[in-house]
Amino acid sequence: MALSYLRSSSSRSANLLKPLSSSLPLRRHISTDTTPITVETSVPFTSHQCDAPSRSVETNPKELLTFFRDMALMRRMEIAADSLYKAKLIRGFCHLYDGQEAVAVGMEAAITKKDCIITSYRDHCTFIGRGGTLLEVFAELMGRQGGCSKGKGGSMHFYKKDSNFYGGHGIVGAQVPLGCGLAFAQKYSKDETVTFALYGDGAANQGQLFEALNISALWDLPAILVCENNHYGMGTAEWRAAKSPAYYKRGDYVPGLKVDGMDALAVKQACKFAKEHALKNGPIILEMDTYRYHGHSMSDPGSTYRTRDEITGVRQERDPIERIRKLILSHDLATEKELKDIEKEVRKEVDDTITQAKESPMPDPSELFTNVYAKGLGVESFGADRKELRASLP
Amino acid sequence: MAAIFQGVGAAAPLSSSPSNSFDSNKSVFSPRRSFSVSKRVSFAVVRSDGKVNLNPKGRRDQRLIPNAVATNAGSAAASKQGHELLLFEALQEGLEEEMERDPRVCVMGEDVGHYGGSYKVTKGLAKRFGDLRVLDTPIAENSFTGMGIGAAMTGLRPVIEGMNMGFLLLAFNQISNNCGMLHYTSGGQFTIPVVVRGPGGVGRQLGAEHSQRLESYFQSIPGIQMVACSTPYNAKGLMKAAIRSENPVILFEHVLLYNLKERIPDEDYICNLEEAEMVRPGEHVTILTYSRMRYHVMQAAKTLVNKGYDPEVIDIRSLKPFDLYTIGNSVKKTHRVLIVEECMRTGGIGASLTAAITENFNDYLDAPIMCLSSQDVPTPYAGTLEEVTVVQPAQIVTAVEQLCQ
Repeated sequence: MALSYLRSSSSRSANLLKPLSSSLPLRRHISTDTTPITVETSVPFTSHQCDAPSRSVETNPKELLTFFRDMALMRRMEIAADSLYKAKLIRGFCHLYDGQEAVAVGMEAAITKKDCIITSYRDHCTFIGRGGTLLEVFAELMGRQGGCSKGKGGSMHFYKKDSNFYGGHGIVGAQVPLGCGLAFAQKYSKDETVTFALYGDGAANQGQLFEALNISALWDLPAILVCENNHYGMGTAEWRAAKSPAYYKRGDYVPGLKVDGMDALAVKQACKFAKEHALKNGPIILEMDTYRYHGHSMSDPGSTYRTRDEITGVRQERDPIERIRKLILSHDLATEKELKDIEKEVRKEVDDTITQAKESPMPDPSELFTNVYAKGLGVESFGADRKELRASLP
Repeated sequence: MAAIFQGVGAAAPLSSSPSNSFDSNKSVFSPRRSFSVSKRVSFAVVRSDGKVNLNPKGRRDQRLIPNAVATNAGSAAASKQGHELLLFEALQEGLEEEMERDPRVCVMGEDVGHYGGSYKVTKGLAKRFGDLRVLDTPIAENSFTGMGIGAAMTGLRPVIEGMNMGFLLLAFNQISNNCGMLHYTSGGQFTIPVVVRGPGGVGRQLGAEHSQRLESYFQSIPGIQMVACSTPYNAKGLMKAAIRSENPVILFEHVLLYNLKERIPDEDYICNLEEAEMVRPGEHVTILTYSRMRYHVMQAAKTLVNKGYDPEVIDIRSLKPFDLYTIGNSVKKTHRVLIVEECMRTGGIGASLTAAITENFNDYLDAPIMCLSSQDVPTPYAGTLEEVTVVQPAQIVTAVEQLCQ
């Protein structure tokens, strides 16, 4: 996120003009600082049929600050979406990702934009991670022309072809065979890239997942299946839906890794490991142990099947943004005030974008019929009344 | 007809009418071109908008004729050319030519590779193109259809075979939601150039689950095109056009038509995906049909001609969208319509077609549209019962007589 880098550097230079206060050694420009720091993940990885990667993750101040800013942005975006939904500017279904941000940012840190990501309907933050802009998100949520799918997709259908983000799917589990198809295409074109197919603990019980896994293992496809286990499939807890909630083991002959999904660095390490593994040995399953603070969607209060204490407990102990904040403060990479400034900046950015998105117009009525078919091949072919040329020889 | 194959140097007389202008008043199916060109000569491609393309760049085989004419009884000039083959061989030829032409085309399905295909449509392809392009999948329709669609999102062009169309019901979610809708919901970012094909229809006592006609189930999915082939000529042409199309196309074949023999042209040709085929021009009644019922209709037509009727038979070929232009012209001429189909009566292709014709051409109809379809029952195993399930030529004759009173 180049923009975050620029903003941080401007606040940094403003600080340099002030007299040096408490911290005595002149702090380096942390936003460009790439001196490696080694951090231990919160819990070790548990593996199935493979050797777990090391607990020590290499990172640097720039990356940590990027994590912080990106996750703060995603958090603020989801909360803003919550208010917009209640104000009836967003309609239909709205599935929020707050609490799970570490999965999106950690994954992005480990891969390139040439690797493919495909996920389910809880896709707002994954889209941002892939390089989508806030304006595209809010405009699409409000059904405006400026949205990433021109207002015709909605919350569950975000796509970004140029950064290999394949959506955005409403039917639970249907994206996993698609993801294995993406991996097949990568193998076919010999790209040396991988596909991350994300799904939830609810989707982990879908038959098509196992079908796709079987085919991927058979054909050695570079597919990484990532189960974002937030422990609730809509309103049903995982132990009530799955006989074996150890989702990383359910691949049987396919190796698996269980990761603390609230720790962005653990996610980064796991994804790096998985990418190397998939390119050599075929599919692997990652289970991200994560948590969502909101309910399944905006129509679900989220408190009928779990206690508020549980939610606040997780928020206090495992919140991904707090973890990175503590890390930054303990390594003296920035002051609390600087971090708070970043959060304020992010909040302002989100608010400004919402105002801008509200001004984006609704799609033109003629857009109802565009993009149903792709025009392309064919000899000249006309509509029923001979007036509209429907296709012509390329 | 538009793009004309020429020897080098000679400019073609340009036809200004678009290539699929079927003027049903003339008997359009008498091929009058005399093709005396030798095969391996350099050429100019004359396009339908008049531009001449000398040495077209890049492509290996440029001799694309959008409306090459299959030989039928009346053509003397073309009878020496072309080669005879069976319908499944025509499909295989089309598939093979497209796979050669475009390295992104791949085939996936059950038993298509080493076994050669359960109806031999993919015979020999695995040996020729390798295991990565002709993929034997496990019996998992939902997921391998999904995988084909995912691969298509990146630009590959998979041809997904359902061993029997009925098995594709397991993949209905993928076909409806992902295949049909992704182009729209992504705001045009992704195209899904898949071809879903397979045999369907009532065979010889195959039992209820293996005798399904799924045209009616798929027809309301927005974003897909459906075509049904009925002769080796249009099978090859439609297969090639479907593979080249940027839209998802479902190609319906029929189990009982795989062994039809016909002589087809040697040159590269495609059939327009949205066009109907005039089988027999006539004056008294328009009979619309597709797939296997075309042959029942032609059989009935013989009887009808002997009785003095002159039916116009149109093979609609394109099940979604309907070629209302050709159909409309025919209705305007004959004023009577009979639809003969193998689909179920309820919610079938005939039902949609009846609605479409009534909406658009009601003023031209002298009589209500008659629709003969299969009975709304699961296809029984017993031979006699199975015969009665589908429309037989005798019923078609009776219907025409009734319509023309």
